[in-house]
Amino acid sequence: MMRLPWFKYCAPRSVEEAARILAGEGPRAMLIAGGTDLVPNMKRRHQEPATLVALRGVEGLKRIANGAGLTLGAGLTLTEVVEAPQVRGHYAALAQAAVQVATPHLRNMGTLGGNVCLDTRCTYYNQSYEWRKAIDFCMKKDGETCWVATASKRCVAVSSTDTAPALIALGAKVRLVSAGGEREIALTDLYNNDGMVYLTRRPDEILTAIVLPPAAGWKSAYWKLRRRGAFDFPVLGVAAAVRAAPDGTIEDARIVLGAVASRPIVAKARELLAGERLTDDVIEEVAAKVASRAKPMDNTDLEIYWRKEVVPAFVGYALREVRGDDMRATRLRIARQALPPAS
Amino acid sequence: MNAPEKPRQKARFDTIGKARRRVDGRAKAIGQQRFADDLVLPRMLHAKLLRSPHPHATVESVDVSRAQAHRGVHLVLTGAEFPVPYGIMPVSQDEYPLARERVRLVGDPVAAVIAVDEQTATEALRLIEVKYRLLPTIASPEEGLAHPEPRIHDYGEQGNIHRNQAYEFGDVEEALARSDHVFEDLFFYEGNTHLPMEQQASLASIEGDGKLLLQTSTQNPHYLHRQLARVLQLPAAHIRVIATANGGGFGGKCDPGNHEFVVSKAALMLGRPVKICLTREEVFYQHRGRHPVLMKFRTGVTKDGRLTAIHLQTLLDGGAYGSHGPASTFYTGVLTPVTYELPRFKFEACRVFTNKPACGPKRGHGTPQPRFGQEVQLDKIAHTLGLDPAEMRLRMVTKPDSLTASWLRIGSNGLAECIEKAVEMSGWKTRRGKLGPGRGLGLACSAYMCGAGVSIYWNKLPHSAVQLLLDRSGQVTVYCGATEIGQGSDDVLAALTAEALGIDPVNVRVVTGDTGITPIDLGSYSSRVTIMMGNAALQAASRVRDLLAAAAAEALETLPDRVVFSQDRVFAGEDSGKSMTFVEAIAAAEGKFGTIASVGSYAPPKPPGRYKGAGVGPSPAYTFSACVVETEVDPVTGWITVPKIWIAHDIGRALNPVLARGQVIGSVYMGLGEALMEEQAFRRLPPKLSGALVHRNPSMLDYKSLTSLDMPEVEVALIEDPDPNCPYGAKEAGQGPLLPVMPALANAIHDAVGVRIDEVPITPDKVLAALAKKAKGEAPRVGPERFPAVPYPEPTFVLPPWEGGDGNELKGRKAA
Repeated sequence: MMRLPWFKYCAPRSVEEAARILAGEGPRAMLIAGGTDLVPNMKRRHQEPATLVALRGVEGLKRIANGAGLTLGAGLTLTEVVEAPQVRGHYAALAQAAVQVATPHLRNMGTLGGNVCLDTRCTYYNQSYEWRKAIDFCMKKDGETCWVATASKRCVAVSSTDTAPALIALGAKVRLVSAGGEREIALTDLYNNDGMVYLTRRPDEILTAIVLPPAAGWKSAYWKLRRRGAFDFPVLGVAAAVRAAPDGTIEDARIVLGAVASRPIVAKARELLAGERLTDDVIEEVAAKVASRAKPMDNTDLEIYWRKEVVPAFVGYALREVRGDDMRATRLRIARQALPPAS
Repeated sequence: MNAPEKPRQKARFDTIGKARRRVDGRAKAIGQQRFADDLVLPRMLHAKLLRSPHPHATVESVDVSRAQAHRGVHLVLTGAEFPVPYGIMPVSQDEYPLARERVRLVGDPVAAVIAVDEQTATEALRLIEVKYRLLPTIASPEEGLAHPEPRIHDYGEQGNIHRNQAYEFGDVEEALARSDHVFEDLFFYEGNTHLPMEQQASLASIEGDGKLLLQTSTQNPHYLHRQLARVLQLPAAHIRVIATANGGGFGGKCDPGNHEFVVSKAALMLGRPVKICLTREEVFYQHRGRHPVLMKFRTGVTKDGRLTAIHLQTLLDGGAYGSHGPASTFYTGVLTPVTYELPRFKFEACRVFTNKPACGPKRGHGTPQPRFGQEVQLDKIAHTLGLDPAEMRLRMVTKPDSLTASWLRIGSNGLAECIEKAVEMSGWKTRRGKLGPGRGLGLACSAYMCGAGVSIYWNKLPHSAVQLLLDRSGQVTVYCGATEIGQGSDDVLAALTAEALGIDPVNVRVVTGDTGITPIDLGSYSSRVTIMMGNAALQAASRVRDLLAAAAAEALETLPDRVVFSQDRVFAGEDSGKSMTFVEAIAAAEGKFGTIASVGSYAPPKPPGRYKGAGVGPSPAYTFSACVVETEVDPVTGWITVPKIWIAHDIGRALNPVLARGQVIGSVYMGLGEALMEEQAFRRLPPKLSGALVHRNPSMLDYKSLTSLDMPEVEVALIEDPDPNCPYGAKEAGQGPLLPVMPALANAIHDAVGVRIDEVPITPDKVLAALAKKAKGEAPRVGPERFPAVPYPEPTFVLPPWEGGDGNELKGRKAA
């Protein structure tokens, strides 16, 4: 089998202790939660941390707190997120996104914080060391060139998290804790459109919680395009959240695209939708405008032009589900499984 | 050798035809089965292979000194230790366990490290310094044809052409000229790989008697045994190969693997057990999977849709080594005339070397590609002529006990019944064309062989042998070299032996796949095991039964030929009051004759074709299948959904219906994966910047294969018409049912949205591209646009049986 490189393993019991270790070890230390992303990546020598700081035993990272909204500990497994009644009841986009991450086994291990911080992906990068050596490596690790776009000065590896587009559409913030203090930023500000430096998180910071605003009046949905129903990273994710007046007039809206850039792409949904109703015409027009923001590259599964071509259809699915259409048959065809309904 | 035992006209069977738990089911279900990767021996060392990062290069030097000095390293091997080449086929001995002068693909093994553990071996690999001189890369057959230099191998037909052949059975141009219609179509079938759950693993050790033991996940221990003797320069009798239970094979474990020679050599040199487990990525480089094939069909038909002639041209992307290539090349043509009556047939086939993992046999070996082309073309013909595709096929199915234009002898033939059953189950007549927009039904058929009629190396010896040993404790042990790869061959062996002796299969101990103990069986390939091992087993069983009957008849005061074996007892004819237990009968026979044992063996009948090349295609029996696929296609995205598949398979007789259905559904699963997504695809970097040619997706995540959620319901009908050449009439089920799935899907897509996808896999982007063409009024088709000029040789010309031929080549002229 593929073997891990050698590393030191620390198992702190508290956030403070973990932050202290991180500060002391410097940038060659990495956090590990479920390990479902990091461990295979380490086997392929994408990351070779000298020290792993495990969050598994850290107290408090699995907390679910109701308040003005909902605070989710970053250490909750994706399965726990899906099963949380508050999430299913009020934050459907998150439940629909989390339940479509990978497989049941991986969801039982992988955490919400881990999925939010998921390494960007690229077919030239997510390969073994030996494979990457055969292409003389790439910009993201050990090499110079971006083989996806050889003239590109930056890495175009793809943001492949399902939960982040859903969470951004739901207005999430994240809490980052370091030995020096704590800060809370909008989740959208956690990301750079750069496949290498894709997070604004400093190496000494721990993402401890995801903070969601109250869901009253909002309705949301997440649609994922991938090859197979039981597996696979997204090649497109569409999260839509809409707040409408009782007569259907839209007051506020957020639409976020996943897997079409190195970060989740936030469309100007409010400008497009406020004051409108979700008629077929409006949905079609908005879907076309939102889709123009998608800039897929030839570095994921499935054909690049087709991936671009189907974005409006998927935006339409999400908006129609939010509108209240019965999308179960379409969902079954796309996801190959029934999902928690929009709420 | 005696003729195979004819299926007995038993009024009823005790075991055959009953759904039973397979004999190896318990161990596999509870995790007790030890696969090669599970084996551990004291003082065992671990091997890892250093593989080439270049697609094509000469090896200038290999410096292993730093690796050798690495702590924990016991041995470093290079090509210098392996002067003798190997290859599964005698005409293609073109591989070395470790490259000597040339690497031919990214992943070609160059050196091996044997160390205390995998981690240490992996570390030491990075300390080996190899100097390469890069050579131009040949990435496709078209490129190989255009660039005879540099030659990837210094043997073959010419330039980079490995095999090139042409056969013509009757004057095809003349027949096409007088046909009512001639259809010309191009098709492409992308390569794909086996993807067995078990990655190859091997453990070599030296037994107490000083001889080599290799326990390995192989489908063909016998062929491996021969190649080990050749490469290691040891007497074959000093080598023992045990085929461990394979966690799936599908053809991927038929070729000897580099790693098997490396651990064997290392164990001999070190005197310690040496184990290797390939990573999933390495399995993609070992490959030997489905050849990418470009095809051109020129097919003549009468106005009522009967075939007059087919001219088939194929171009195979062989990859870097010969493998089974000579056979694969034949198989892209030879089974074409078995399905439908075809008065004349010509096929030209060419296999080109490229700098990619070697292609070889995968479930259906060379046949799914032309089957896809022919069945899609027939659908086009039916539409053009306004015929029901099922009716058109029904009218021209081949007949039982007939010869093809190419002199293949067909025995039992249930194709018509298969078509009728698939049509009935799927509601074809009432539902086709009436499912509404975006929904459709497609039908396709196929034929496949039950074992290759000729061995891979030329000999007149049995293809399978069975030894049976009984003792007074009641133990019945059956030995055979056949290999359990998950297909159920151990269960078949137990069931046939049990049925013949009238005992419960749980009372049969099965010992298989061990060249040190079991008599030779050629291996688990070409769907040969049930029929060949089965016939050998029935012969062995009938011989001990005769001994037991003679002894029992004395005790029961009856005649030997009146003795009946059933339900673990031996009866005096129909008098159920006079009987003894089977165990008592063994003791009686042992007392009368001494130890009770027997052997049985089987060789296929001599094929009627006598021209050179007639050895590929003949089989003791053929199976037939008909399949209907239902699809839903989204006109906006091209997204494809398959709600249901119906398949009828002519199996002769289902020995264990649970296993038979499992094989059929497994075939449908694999075929649907090939149809929808599987691709052994490669990436070539911009040639100005890099010579790299790499596998696009050598992992279980990125090589897309169906998951359980993507798998539709499959309704299976087993058509049972016992074949006289087969044990109790049982034909194969492991490969044939795969063949019609891909074309049935393509035809269903056409029925749903009116576009033709003339290549596999059929993906939503291709459907959408074809729909866009349709909307613009262009030909609604996605598929290959041209067939390159291939320098096919002059064909071997043979007259079909009905034109006065005698099965020999007609030299010097074509028939008038």
